[in-house]
Amino acid sequence: MQQFSLLVHTLGTATKTNEKLEALATYFTTAPTKDKVWVIALFSGRRPKRMASSGVLQQWCCALASIPDWLFLECYHTAGDLAETIALLLPPPTNTTHTHKHLHEYLEQIIDLQKADEAAKQAFVTQCWLQMNTDERFVFNKLLTGGFRIGVSQKMMVNALAKTMQIPASAIAHRISGNWNPATTTYENLLSAESVTTDFSKPYPFYLAYALEQTPETLGSPEEWQAEWKWDGIRGQLIKRNNELFVWSRGEELMTDKFPEYQALLDKLPNGIVLDGEIIPAINGKPLPFAILQTRIGRKNISKKQLQDAPIAFFAYDLLEHEAQDIRHLPLAQRRLLMENIIANAQHPTLQISPVIPFTNWQSLVQTRTQSRAMLAEGLMLKRKSAPYQVGRKVGDWWKWKIDALTIDAVLIYAQKGHGRRSNLYTDYTFAVKDGDKLVSFTKAYSGLTDKEFNEVDAFVKRNAIEKFGPVRTVKPELVFEIAFEGIAASNRHKSGVALRFPRMHRWRKDKKADEINTLQDLKNLLLTYGK
Amino acid sequence: MPKANTTPLISFTNRGLYCSAGDFYIDPWRPVDKAVITHAHSDHAKNGNKQYLCHHFTKPLLEARLGNNHYQSIGWNEVVRINGVSISLHPAGHMIGSSQIRVSHQDEVWVVSGDYKTENDGISGAFEPIRCNTFITESTFGLPIYNWLPQHDMYTQIQQWVQNNKAKKTTSILFAYSLGKAQRLLQALAMFNEPIYLHGAIWNMQMALAATGIAFPQVERITPETLREKLKGAIVIAPPGAEGTSWMKKMEPYSTAVCSGWMQVRGNARRRNTDMGFALSDHADWKGLLAAITSTGAEKVFVTHGFQSALSRYLNEQGIWSAEVKTAYGNGEEENENANSATDAINTTITTQQ
Ligand SMILES: [Zn+2]
Ligand SMILES: [Zn+2]
Repeated sequence: MQQFSLLVHTLGTATKTNEKLEALATYFTTAPTKDKVWVIALFSGRRPKRMASSGVLQQWCCALASIPDWLFLECYHTAGDLAETIALLLPPPTNTTHTHKHLHEYLEQIIDLQKADEAAKQAFVTQCWLQMNTDERFVFNKLLTGGFRIGVSQKMMVNALAKTMQIPASAIAHRISGNWNPATTTYENLLSAESVTTDFSKPYPFYLAYALEQTPETLGSPEEWQAEWKWDGIRGQLIKRNNELFVWSRGEELMTDKFPEYQALLDKLPNGIVLDGEIIPAINGKPLPFAILQTRIGRKNISKKQLQDAPIAFFAYDLLEHEAQDIRHLPLAQRRLLMENIIANAQHPTLQISPVIPFTNWQSLVQTRTQSRAMLAEGLMLKRKSAPYQVGRKVGDWWKWKIDALTIDAVLIYAQKGHGRRSNLYTDYTFAVKDGDKLVSFTKAYSGLTDKEFNEVDAFVKRNAIEKFGPVRTVKPELVFEIAFEGIAASNRHKSGVALRFPRMHRWRKDKKADEINTLQDLKNLLLTYGK
Repeated sequence: MPKANTTPLISFTNRGLYCSAGDFYIDPWRPVDKAVITHAHSDHAKNGNKQYLCHHFTKPLLEARLGNNHYQSIGWNEVVRINGVSISLHPAGHMIGSSQIRVSHQDEVWVVSGDYKTENDGISGAFEPIRCNTFITESTFGLPIYNWLPQHDMYTQIQQWVQNNKAKKTTSILFAYSLGKAQRLLQALAMFNEPIYLHGAIWNMQMALAATGIAFPQVERITPETLREKLKGAIVIAPPGAEGTSWMKKMEPYSTAVCSGWMQVRGNARRRNTDMGFALSDHADWKGLLAAITSTGAEKVFVTHGFQSALSRYLNEQGIWSAEVKTAYGNGEEENENANSATDAINTTITTQQ
């Protein structure tokens, strides 16, 4: 455990990528193999089910630290992280001479206790806490609460493994993807080439596009490129192998059961294929807004009505495996032909083809792109016809060419302290538009400013707080920001009647006064134009 | 016999803490005739007052920071009377010269803590608990997540970090406030027996401190003429404002560390793009605040400067009468991470809750 807590500490404090890579490589060379499997699992988003809720952990901590609940919450708002708050609040360890357990032993115990009664859980957690120093407690609490977002990406871990194992990163990425259980998988099996062939559900690592910042002319001759709509859904892979169907999201979540619509495809598709595409709600091949997909995500039981109102389709745009062969090395044009065949044979409304947009010169494509919103697309995708399917984000062959965001000028009215990296700064804001002489809040936004600007706004909030409600400060409505967003939908959960998609602060309009902001009517007009 | 309820000995006005019986202010944030100053940090000692009363060690620092003024300085435990009110200074342990101010009139005693630290750091004087009726305490780190390691352990960590950098021939740049923290670092780094390089802002304060007669290791100022070669693997202390500026170029390759109580929380340490954060503070931690408050035996505790609402609520729940007071303190030295923000545009609202 000490070795792992040191790794987490290094990854959390190192400012250079190389240092992090070095720390991971050292860990993968020297740590016990059972621990290594767990670290791969944790850093790729696979974690044991929680054995205790945040509320319960808070109670146990308050009991040990002899502090009231409200004081715990004050601390949490300041530290911004539950695992850390608890680690800092616990009294000093009483028993530091215990034999140190390995990471996997703690995790196994956590899993064993999942079904135990609360007293047994509390006894275990309390005993562990009282044996650990602050760093170990932090890591242990992270194991209990899940979520290891500590400044290391999956890609970085894959690179470190590739370095220690002397295997190409793309092979590692494939081997650690998909459906495996860290409690029952050995390090050797996980990283061996055979593992890929025995797990039928295993997806391929996704190839991700870069944003096109320049004009498309910089890409060269139009004949070399294929254009498609950039759909506004969830990126996914649809797999049929061994007479079983699997659907993976880009977040490497198995979503087969979430979307029962896909089961209808089982009989229509050949074995040994992997399709790459977009999970989108659609009726008769016409996409519906992303907000409708959101009504389906996270819901366990799906009603008949939902299946009717928001049927989910798969818009396929690539084929990665054909007749049980990995064909990612083939040029896109060839993969596309094979894919079109499969989809034509399946003939099912749930499986759509993402059409190729014909164009002969870049100028006409610029025109087409302006129709993106009407197509419910976020813009265009440009893919090089001769390119293989690559792993991860690689520059050169795939570009996303998004339309400009919608914008509205709004005034800052509430602020709250951020989390994690920004836990001592007011960085989470709520914005309002005008409605006559009233202000109506309509969105929150957390990103888009530089650190320097966040510091400036933070200082403003600290000086101009009018009221406080728990962690929220009401501030003098004075600072005007241009809020950019990708979409707008009607919502009865918001006072303003609208919900924005991906809102962020585009620019701080220091040149504008609070009475120059947009109105509620302006928002409603946007809703009418773009919000269907 | 309880006195008739007249004006309190010290009241909270929009110029600062005011003693009407003696007609003087303590750490006023707007110009007044008579100011008693707890310590030389900029949120406590402001320009423009007609007369200043402070500790002997504070005087040269005020002269360096505020220029020529009418300063009167006294030693700890020395009593001065102003209009029949007795005033004395007592060590607060926060930085060199930092003092608590004891004010007594008839049979009532109030103590204004200023900023304080309960652990004796060896250069600021040992915090002295003073019995009083009413205690006005700071609360910069007034939450139970703030518990400091003993100074010795913190120093060891810093020394090890410098040692590691030296092994890699990397310059160690430590960011610390020029008054207080910088001097503690000099103390922690004396064991390396080599000149320690200072940014100009810290150098100036160091020169002013020479008047106090306190011994420090050998220091050198970094000037445009300082040779790159000399700085290789050396130890450098700079104010937080120098972080990320081109001033650092000359020290490449370097490793950086911030020394501040705020580094206790990971998020803060990560937000600063430095390699290391050491939670070395010049303020009392949660346990220190509670111990100091209890040892005064005060019936009433006013809380300012930091997490006043949390600490004050906690004290009330523990059976100690307490109220929070908003002051302009805390926008000065340690609390202010952003060197550019205006320290003068501060909130001067006074709210005392019942
Ligand atoms: Zn101070
Ligand atoms: Zn202060």
